[in-house]
Amino acid sequence: MTLQIRSALDPVAASKEALPDSILDVHTFRDETTLIVKADDIVQVARFLRDSKGLVYNFLSDISAVDYYPDNDRPGRFAVCYHLYSMLYNRRLRLKVFLQEDDPSVPTVTQVWPAANWLEREAFDLMGIDFKGHPDLRRVLLPEDWEGHPLRRDYPLGYETPMFSFNKDEINKFKPYAKE
Amino acid sequence: MTMTPAPTPPTLGEREPEPWQGQVEELRGLVSDRAMTGETLLLNLGPHHPSTHGVLRLLLELDGEEIVSCIPDVGYLHTGIEKNIEAKTYEKAVTLTDRMDYLAPMSNNMAFAMAVEKLTGLDVPARAQAIRVICLELTRINSHLVWLGTHAMDLGAMSVFLYCFREREFVLDMFETLSGQRMMTSYIRPGGVWRDLTDDFLPQLNSFLDYFPTKIDDYETLLSGNPIFIDRTQGIGVVEPEEGIALGMSGPSLRASGVNWDIRKSTPYSGYEQYDFNVPLGEHGDVYDRYLVRVQELRESIKIIQQAVKTLPAGPFRSTNRKYVVPPRAELGQSMEAVIHWFKLWTEGFSAPDEEVYSAIESPRGEIGCYLHGTGGNKPRRVHFKTPSFIHIAALSKIAPGHLIADLIGIIGSVDVVLGDSDR
Amino acid sequence: MGVISSKMGNLGVVTTSLDEAVNWARTGAMWPLLFGLACCAIEMMSTQGSNYDLSRFGMELNRASPRQSDLIIVAGRVTRKMAPVVRQLYDQMASPKWVLSMGDCASCGGVYNNYAVVQGVDEIIPVDVYVAGCPPRPEQLIHGILTLHEKIRGERVLETINN
Repeated sequence: MTLQIRSALDPVAASKEALPDSILDVHTFRDETTLIVKADDIVQVARFLRDSKGLVYNFLSDISAVDYYPDNDRPGRFAVCYHLYSMLYNRRLRLKVFLQEDDPSVPTVTQVWPAANWLEREAFDLMGIDFKGHPDLRRVLLPEDWEGHPLRRDYPLGYETPMFSFNKDEINKFKPYAKE
Repeated sequence: MTMTPAPTPPTLGEREPEPWQGQVEELRGLVSDRAMTGETLLLNLGPHHPSTHGVLRLLLELDGEEIVSCIPDVGYLHTGIEKNIEAKTYEKAVTLTDRMDYLAPMSNNMAFAMAVEKLTGLDVPARAQAIRVICLELTRINSHLVWLGTHAMDLGAMSVFLYCFREREFVLDMFETLSGQRMMTSYIRPGGVWRDLTDDFLPQLNSFLDYFPTKIDDYETLLSGNPIFIDRTQGIGVVEPEEGIALGMSGPSLRASGVNWDIRKSTPYSGYEQYDFNVPLGEHGDVYDRYLVRVQELRESIKIIQQAVKTLPAGPFRSTNRKYVVPPRAELGQSMEAVIHWFKLWTEGFSAPDEEVYSAIESPRGEIGCYLHGTGGNKPRRVHFKTPSFIHIAALSKIAPGHLIADLIGIIGSVDVVLGDSDR
Repeated sequence: MGVISSKMGNLGVVTTSLDEAVNWARTGAMWPLLFGLACCAIEMMSTQGSNYDLSRFGMELNRASPRQSDLIIVAGRVTRKMAPVVRQLYDQMASPKWVLSMGDCASCGGVYNNYAVVQGVDEIIPVDVYVAGCPPRPEQLIHGILTLHEKIRGERVLETINN
C-alpha cells in the first residue's frame, strides 16, 4: 500500500485560517518565518502545527528566551521563541510569544513535544520564565539555591577586576586564597 | 568459655521495609514510590567518576542492579558562555564558542559564524567554504576518535583508547599548522576562515588520508566482531524512531534508529551539496548500531575530504567586505581606508540589525543550533546555543530504566555526551 | 644534605639522606586522581596517550578514588556548582598530596570572567604548580609535572610530617 503524503501547506495561511485569534503577527527575515502567537494559546497552536496533515512540525529544535530590557519597543519585556522543524517537509518555523515583566508565564508545551522538558527548565533557570503545568520546574544548570536569573539583562556579569602588577596588593587583600 | 548462640537473623519475608533515613521528600515526584520506603536504593553516580565523559551526575534508583529511574543532574560545567558573549563583539565572541563542545571546536565556531553571516548578510567565498568543509570533517574525525576511545575504554577495551589518541595527534598537528593552536583554533570566523592554508598543510593532509582508512579497519577488526563487545552492546538502550524524534534527539544517535536526517543533506551549508557521500543509518537503535553508524561516518568523512581537496578552488579565503572583515595587514601600508576599517573593526566591531536568526549545523554529536538576536549595535542582545548533549542527557532518563548499571555506562558512551556541550 | 656514595663490592649499598630517599620515592610514581573537567582534560588524555607518554613518569595509572592518589590535576574550568565537590575531593586525599592547576581556567578563571566560574581554583584548594595555556600543550603539562618534581625534591620530610 503506498503511503499518501499530503503536499505541504503554507503554515502562515493554514494557522491563520484555523486559529485566527491566536496569531497576532507574522514576520519574515532572511527567509525565516516567525509567527507571533498569543501566550495563552501556544499549546493549541503547537498541537495544530504538529498534528495537522500538510504541516507536521514534529521536531522541536530549540526554545530560547530573550530579554528586551531596557528597550521598550516590544510588546513585552520577555519573549520565548520556539524553533520547530518538520522532518517530513524539511522546513523550519519559529513561534514567538511576548511576555510581560511582572508575570512572565506561558503554558508548557511538554505534552506536545517531550523535548521541551529540559529546554523549558533552562529558560526558567536562566531567564525566570514560569512555565505553567511543567512536570518538574527546577533549576537545571545552576545550583539549586542560586538566587536570581543570570541571563536577564539587569543581572550583572560578575566581572572581577583582573590582577596586574600595579593593583596586585589591593586585589590580594580581597582575594580569598585557600588555606590547607 | 561459653559461647553465646548467634541471634537468628530475620527472614526477608517478615521484615517491614524501614523508611529511608535521608531526605527523600523533595524527590517524591521524580523517583518511583518504592524509593520512599527504602525498597529501592538511591545511588549517586557522582560528578566525579571514572567514565571520562565529563562531570555528569546521575541519581539512580536501583532495584538490585536494575535501574528503575535515572535523574540526571547537569550544570557542573556551566560557564555562562551565553552571557559572556553578550558582553563581547561578534568577532571576539568566536573564541568563546570554541570552548563549548571541546571535542569539536570548529563545529561550534561554524554554527556561530553561520548565524552571524545570516544576520548581517555576509558572503563567504568558495575557497573558504571548501576549507571550512575540510576542517569540519577533520573535526568530525577527531571527535569520533575520542568517542570511540572512551566508549571502548568504558566497556573494557583499553588499547583502542591509545590507538585513537595516536591517530588524533596527526589531526591535531594539522590544526596547529593551520592556526597555531591544537584544539581551540577559532579558525572559522564570520566571512570565511582566519588565514589561508599553509604550504605544508596539504601534504600532511594527503599522507593522513592515505594512512587513516587502514586504521579504521583495525578498529573494526578489534571491536565489531568481538563477542564480548557484541554481547555488551546489542539490544541495549534501544530508542524507537518516533520516541527519538519526540525527545529531540539528533545526529548519529537518531540515525541509528533509522531516521534519515542529516543537516548536511537536508539543508546543505558551506557547499556540502557538491560532495558525494552517504549517510549511514542504523536499524535497531541500540548501542551497537550507534557504534556502527559512527565508525561508518569516519569513512564517509574521509571521502568528503578527498573530494574537497581535489576540487579546492582558488580565490580569497575570507570575505572582502571591508565593513565586516578586517583587511590583511599588508594593505595597511598602502591604503588609508584599510587603516580606518582596521581601526573601527578592531575597536568597535561591526553592527548587526535588531533581528533574530537561527542557523543549525550537523556537528559530530547532533544538531548544534545558534539563535542570534542582534541589537543594531556591535554586541549581540541574546545568543543561545541549542546543543545536542543537553537534549541527549535529558533523553537518558527515558532510555536508561530497565537496564543494569553496566549497560548504563555503555548507553552514556554511545549517546556521546560532552558536558561542555551540555552545560555551556 | 646527601652524598650518594656506593660501596664497591657485592653488596651495592647506596647511602643518602632521608629527605632525598623519601622525595625520590614520592616523585617516582605519583598517581594522579582521575579528575578532568573540561577541554584541558582532553589534552591531559593526549598527554597520557602514546605520543607524549606520561607513564615514563610513573603516572599512567589514574586512580578513581581520592584516597589512593597523590596528585590532583585540576584540568578545566571550576564552576561554582562544582567547587564544593573539588574541595571535598581534596579533603579526602591522604597527605602527602599535591595540586597542579592545569590551564588558564583553573589557574585564574581564564577566558571566563563571569558569575559562574570560580576565578582560579586557588580560591578553594592550595595549589603547588600552575600550568598556563588554553589548553596547555602536552609538553607544557609535562614541564609542569617536572617542576612539581623539583619542588618536591626540595622539601624536608620533617616539615611535612609536622604540618
